Amino acid sequence: MIEAEGLCKVFKDKKRGEVRAVNNVSFVCKPGEIYGLLGANGAGKTTTLRMLATILEPTSGTARVAGFDLMKDPENVRANVGFLSTATALYGRLTAQEMVEYFGRLYGLDEATISQRINEIFTRLEMNEFRDRRCDKLSTGMKQKVSIARTLVHNPAVMIFDEPTIGLDVMAARTIVQFIRECRDNGKTVIFSTHVMSEVEKLCDHIGIIHGGMLLTEGTLADLRQRYALQDLEDIFVKVVEPHMVKEAVA
Amino acid sequence: MKLRNIWIVYRKELRDSLRDRRTLVAMIVVPLLVMPLLSVGALVLMSKIIGEAKQEVPRVMILGGENSPKTREALESNKEIKAEPGSSDYIQLISDKKVRAAVEIPPDFDGAIARGDQLTVRIYNYQGDLKSGVAADKLEKFFNDLSSRTVQERLAARNLPPTMVKPFELKTQNVAPPEKVSGAMIGGFIPYFVIILSLTGAMYPAIDLTAGEKERGTIETILCSRVSRTHLVFGKFFMVLTASLGSAILAMISMGASFQVAKAMMVGMTKGTDNPLQFSIGIKAIGAVFLMALPITVFFSAALLAIALMAKSYKEAQSYISPLMIFAIMPAIVGMLPGTELNARLSLIPVLNTTLVCKDIVSGTYHWHQIGIVFLSTCVYAAAALFIAVKQFNREEVLFRT
Repeated sequence: MIEAEGLCKVFKDKKRGEVRAVNNVSFVCKPGEIYGLLGANGAGKTTTLRMLATILEPTSGTARVAGFDLMKDPENVRANVGFLSTATALYGRLTAQEMVEYFGRLYGLDEATISQRINEIFTRLEMNEFRDRRCDKLSTGMKQKVSIARTLVHNPAVMIFDEPTIGLDVMAARTIVQFIRECRDNGKTVIFSTHVMSEVEKLCDHIGIIHGGMLLTEGTLADLRQRYALQDLEDIFVKVVEPHMVKEAVA
Repeated sequence: MKLRNIWIVYRKELRDSLRDRRTLVAMIVVPLLVMPLLSVGALVLMSKIIGEAKQEVPRVMILGGENSPKTREALESNKEIKAEPGSSDYIQLISDKKVRAAVEIPPDFDGAIARGDQLTVRIYNYQGDLKSGVAADKLEKFFNDLSSRTVQERLAARNLPPTMVKPFELKTQNVAPPEKVSGAMIGGFIPYFVIILSLTGAMYPAIDLTAGEKERGTIETILCSRVSRTHLVFGKFFMVLTASLGSAILAMISMGASFQVAKAMMVGMTKGTDNPLQFSIGIKAIGAVFLMALPITVFFSAALLAIALMAKSYKEAQSYISPLMIFAIMPAIVGMLPGTELNARLSLIPVLNTTLVCKDIVSGTYHWHQIGIVFLSTCVYAAAALFIAVKQFNREEVLFRT
């Protein structure tokens, strides 16, 4: 479960002064559901997800992730979160197995559990063939699998995906999409950010449209279609975001 | 739990760094090879050049002396030099290194000696040129011998004892123990090398573990794991410290080995002179230098981490760290200079204080209060640098600088 309450993040920029990257964002994401955060580049998706993963500290507001408050108990939040983005790279000089073992140990698992989890995950993701190969020698698809194994090793209740398919080829992106679906089917709470409409339509149970750091609207795809009297998600997105873009341009 | 996390991070960073060629070169190859190459290599080269210059029979021009056949013949038959007939362009010839030196024998020199008149013999050399200097020395020795012989003959002719012109002998005797002599001579080099190598050994892992992680995109991966940032920075810090200490230890070992070779060579070179060189640097001194180097390696490791963390990329980090190299090398060089001595004010200047106190230690002088001040002040600097590094690692604007 993720319950975000008035999340705000202000960055100080030398040229632009104070930048409100995320402004009063609140939403709820339940177990067994995929929540899609849809927004253009610079909308505040990554900052929101980084706050939920405790990589960034909110300027104000908070969230409860897997029952833990991210301001009061960030370590336990991290213990229950699997975070995956294209920015979360692998240690090139470690082998696939060493990489996953390292994270298993950091999550406080004992060696027997780590070994059992690695065997399960590596078999399921068909990774045994390259388990002893160094990460910098792996193909993009193989790397993605290692990243997935890394996020799964501690069997987290909450999964956070920040534009996980950006820059990937069709096959690698498919692996990720399939994996996100599996997470939901296993009862995990899943939040997922993207600017690709088709992915949202395919995957998400709930959709939140974010722009200029603000969550402008949210609901199921059916809710949104009904609310805006439009069928195509792209059209809905434009209808929601456009008035704000005009306001910004005037300002 | 806390120590376990630091240990996990440390072990991973160690394994990762040992697979990094750049770190290995800086940590192992440089301290092991640079030492012998610099110290022994320079000595071998130096002794070879000096030996060659001494062995060579220099061509020396004899100017004048036509009516002093005795001196001329003695010069021509001297096997130490190769006498050449005089020429008016001798200055040009010496400059062109065609002859190494020239000697001008004044007219009627033999006659003047017999009569007891005093004339001046001039030797021409090219100052700064080693071989010209050797040639001039040989000429000087020849004429000094001639002068002594003449004095003895004159004394004998007048039935006077040699003490007439030399009423007493004068001798300088060294009372400093052998290690003091070596301490003064090369004492400054040892801490200098140890300090510089502990810095270069730490440099690459410090960059790799911070700016390197940012550049490769692994910083976000590790930050979303359960480990706290403080544990993470401590794990990284201990790895950088290991590299720094590793370099320092290897530098000491290699220094010890190079030192034995250098000792044999330098003692050989100064043998037979009035002050034969004696060396001795004990295990105790080496141990004490290492102990003094400990807080400085902590200081370097933490400072490098804090600085490199500010950079976004490997290259940027290198450009930030280069000035630090100068800050570290300059005081080490000043400390190495003969005559610089530790005082109350200097004992608070980082790096310089350690170099100076180590120089004293190597030469066998243990001023405990100074050692204490230097050790403690460096510990304070080290703690401050470590504190800053931990703080830096907890700052979002540093970790996610765009």
